[in-house]
Amino acid sequence: MFVKIEPRSEPSKAMKYLSPLIAAVLMLISGLIIFSLLGKNPAEAFHAFFVEPVNDLYGIGELLIKASPLMLIGTGLAVGFRASIWNIGAEGQLAVGAIFGGYFAIIFYDYSGLFILPLMIAAGAVGGMLWASIPALLKTVFNANEILVTLMLNYVAVLLLALLVHGPLKDPNGYGFPQSVLFGDSAILPVLVEGTRLHLGVFLALGGVIAGWVFLQKSFTGYQMQVAGLAQKAATYAGFKYKKLIWIGLLSGGLAAGIAGVLEIAGPIGQLLPSVSPGYGYAAIIVAFVGRLHPGGIFLSSLLMALLYLGGESGQMNLDLPSAVTGIFQGLLLFYLLAADFLIHYRMRLDRSRLEVN
Amino acid sequence: MAISRKNVLSVFIILLCVAGLSLTASAADKLKVGFVYISPIGDAGWTYQHDLGRLAMEKNLGDKVETKYIENVPEGPEAERVIRDLAKSGYDLIFTTSFGYMNPTLKVAKMFPKKRFEHSTGYKTSKNVGTYMCRFYEGRYLTGIVAGKMTKSNTLGYVAAFPIPEVIRGINAFTLGAKSVNPDVKVKVIWVNSWFDPGKEREASEALIAQGADVITHHTDSTAPTLTAEEKGVYAIAYHSDMSKYGPKAHLTAATHVYGDFYTRTAQSVLDNTWKSEQVWTGIKEGSIALAPMNPVVPADVVALVEKTRKGIADGSVHPFQGPIKDQGGKVVVEAGITLSDKELLGMGYYVEGVLGKIPK
Amino acid sequence: MDGDILIQILVASIAAGTPFVYAALGELVTEKSGVLNLGVEGMMLVGAISGFIAMAKSGSLLVAVLCGMTAGALMALIFAVLTLTLMANQVASGLALTIFGVGLSAFLGLKYTSIALPGVPELHIPFLSDIPVAGQLLFSHDILIYSSLVLFGFISWFLYKSKAGLILRGIGEAPKSAHALGYNVIGIRYLAVLFGGAMAGLGGVYLSVAYTPMWVEGMVAGRGWVALALVVFASWRPLRVMAGAYLFGGITIAQFHIQGFGIEIPSQLLSMLPYIATIIVLVLISRDQKSIRLNSPASLGLTYHPNNQ
Repeated sequence: MFVKIEPRSEPSKAMKYLSPLIAAVLMLISGLIIFSLLGKNPAEAFHAFFVEPVNDLYGIGELLIKASPLMLIGTGLAVGFRASIWNIGAEGQLAVGAIFGGYFAIIFYDYSGLFILPLMIAAGAVGGMLWASIPALLKTVFNANEILVTLMLNYVAVLLLALLVHGPLKDPNGYGFPQSVLFGDSAILPVLVEGTRLHLGVFLALGGVIAGWVFLQKSFTGYQMQVAGLAQKAATYAGFKYKKLIWIGLLSGGLAAGIAGVLEIAGPIGQLLPSVSPGYGYAAIIVAFVGRLHPGGIFLSSLLMALLYLGGESGQMNLDLPSAVTGIFQGLLLFYLLAADFLIHYRMRLDRSRLEVN
Repeated sequence: MAISRKNVLSVFIILLCVAGLSLTASAADKLKVGFVYISPIGDAGWTYQHDLGRLAMEKNLGDKVETKYIENVPEGPEAERVIRDLAKSGYDLIFTTSFGYMNPTLKVAKMFPKKRFEHSTGYKTSKNVGTYMCRFYEGRYLTGIVAGKMTKSNTLGYVAAFPIPEVIRGINAFTLGAKSVNPDVKVKVIWVNSWFDPGKEREASEALIAQGADVITHHTDSTAPTLTAEEKGVYAIAYHSDMSKYGPKAHLTAATHVYGDFYTRTAQSVLDNTWKSEQVWTGIKEGSIALAPMNPVVPADVVALVEKTRKGIADGSVHPFQGPIKDQGGKVVVEAGITLSDKELLGMGYYVEGVLGKIPK
Repeated sequence: MDGDILIQILVASIAAGTPFVYAALGELVTEKSGVLNLGVEGMMLVGAISGFIAMAKSGSLLVAVLCGMTAGALMALIFAVLTLTLMANQVASGLALTIFGVGLSAFLGLKYTSIALPGVPELHIPFLSDIPVAGQLLFSHDILIYSSLVLFGFISWFLYKSKAGLILRGIGEAPKSAHALGYNVIGIRYLAVLFGGAMAGLGGVYLSVAYTPMWVEGMVAGRGWVALALVVFASWRPLRVMAGAYLFGGITIAQFHIQGFGIEIPSQLLSMLPYIATIIVLVLISRDQKSIRLNSPASLGLTYHPNNQ
């Protein structure tokens, strides 16, 4: 090996901003190859993937409502991830949040008033946190691994939602189909821009990202989380209560996911269905890391992730690309982004001594 | 018929004119038809049948239509966006082929009052949204007859996805068909809580076979139940598509859905400007339900009986849900001489006598 | 419930548990080296389609197995380059690998959805297979099930009896010390990750070639995630991985049988059973801090670079 890898003494500022660009260039090259192999004109393909979906107001609205749950959950998860608390159960916490929020939408179906939406959101937050408190409890009391518990609880939560929508929460006039009544107007988030689906929840998501930023960057507990993530022993030595950090780390993810669940059902869905998320809970994990666990980065990466989803649909629509290509494309871009971060902390150098020997 | 040279020439000229006309017609009035699919098309199953229908329509209408499908579209907010994008991109007729697309279809239809939408298996319509569904239960009833005749253990196995009326109706029709020829028959149902999971479908089939079922049918999407039946040496009756390739010995027949005629008719009515929002529920009579070719092991008298019943359903003299029908407790729920109405069928939420177990609540 | 059905449930549980055995034992070795690869589902899918294509083209089970393992290992190589050379986060890289694998397998399989494979016959060993009960239980499976048992024996020996296994565990426990002793931490981790990928690929091949011989998009249907859970559930012990895999398979089979007998429990509740059982067993095991400490690789999921002291 003539190339030597060395850690930088401090993270490179330039690379912090350059590395996503490098990833983008790499992806453009891969895209060229993939699209050419598929016999498509790469320029058209890129246009279909990245421009077409957002070339009108509706498309931008779609981008934002798709990105909202991702940025909200991603921020909530980042709080835990910084302390090395691996909550991969946001998908389940989102489902339970939707159950709690949806329950109030259904029992107040005949009422109208401004109290319903805040109640639903609060209920969703409680539901998500309740579900996240199970792994927190099991980890702090029984030392049970939170990766496993949160993952298993995803399945349980999704089945629980299905059970309820097939049973007690089913629309009595719905011919027995598994879905709740369509929520009343008071339980639906108001649309912000006429002709789009952009709803009030987008501001809530942005608010969540800002709250996450304040907590992580400005508060002492946020600092403790970071230290604990880097060195758990050091944190314990410094007198941080690691158990408290576990609770905060898991509950923040549950809180965000629970609210995101309500935003989905009170936003674009408008009722409870057996499935309320196309995998936001998992995608948000990647969003959190691609955003380097920083709320600002998470905001940007959630937009990118949302664009990739929309691009896949647009590619099918405009170019007859099989839907499978979307996954390949998403995976590649994420690989490049994750890989390019390497350049921030390390540098590559030609190993002169070896060159001279040769 | 003698053909003179002059005739050939005139025919040629006419053909040219027709070709020219159709060319100009295609440029001006080509109907763009969009399809939204819940899963990849694959080689068998729900979406595959819809896509066969799309291809049949393309074949029937030639260059009067141009079609496009979007596959793998999850129910919920994604569906609304995809349907809207189709409408926006100039698709004048859009078929949405899964129950969960019902509300998204209606929402988009409101935004595009000039476009026509057809939603499969739903119950809500509007001015520009019609619904369509096959009378799947008619096929179920016929395959029930086959199963009732072919079973030796008098136990039939049914792998089911989710307890919704459409699935329950199928279980009941299958049971009634089987009991019409074999009153001792029992139907065991296992719910796998998934439309599609080959592994689970196999495991449920195995459990049914272990518990004595010697004919397996399913209301799930993969070929796994047929494969399993083949492996275990019992019979299978497939659903959605002909799956005989996956179990040449096991596969007795399949209850399949045929959409080609409906899609062609609907597109033609849009071209002719005669389209109306309707609730279309078609079955054997209209050719929307067909059985796959029977396995040679099915005796000729059974084949003849099925054919006779098929004709009876087509001409209306036989109805699968004809009273007296008893529920599981032996109580008569449909009096003799009465047939269930479409509305009662649509909301069916109980098992008939002969089905074992309870509907999950 | 008569005895015959009980035996059938047990036989079916072994088959149902086998894809978990392969994938989870592979992941166990990966994790023992201190690397957490959450991309098992994606590797299984790519293994499944690669094995299926190889089987369809060659008709040879051996070729199918080799292709599936190679494909799984290549997927794992992507992960290894990302996390071991470029030091990306393991959790995120694993999830990205799954997304990639779901798409890639669907893409590779576009032309193969309409092919029916003959399946893998059960071995019939004269005399032994005909012994009542034990014959059915022990000697009536296909070759991939027996080879999974061989794999188990090998991994148990490797991890606890061989020097190489000792080094691997040492690297998972304390990579810095291992490095100080002169071992190539990154190199060995590469091998462990590739091995995990090959085994996940093999688990996929079992599904697409033997268990349900067909290819359909997403046919692994979450089994990769369960395999991941099983490793932790087993507290990183091979024997417990086996027990967990068969238990998980068994609970699924048993719940279908319970339904078939018409016992009145909502099926969604029954479907939850395996997951809840896993959590409960995990809690029971985790209460014993010593056993967890003994087996859980201390450096699991942490990025390591020799120059980064």
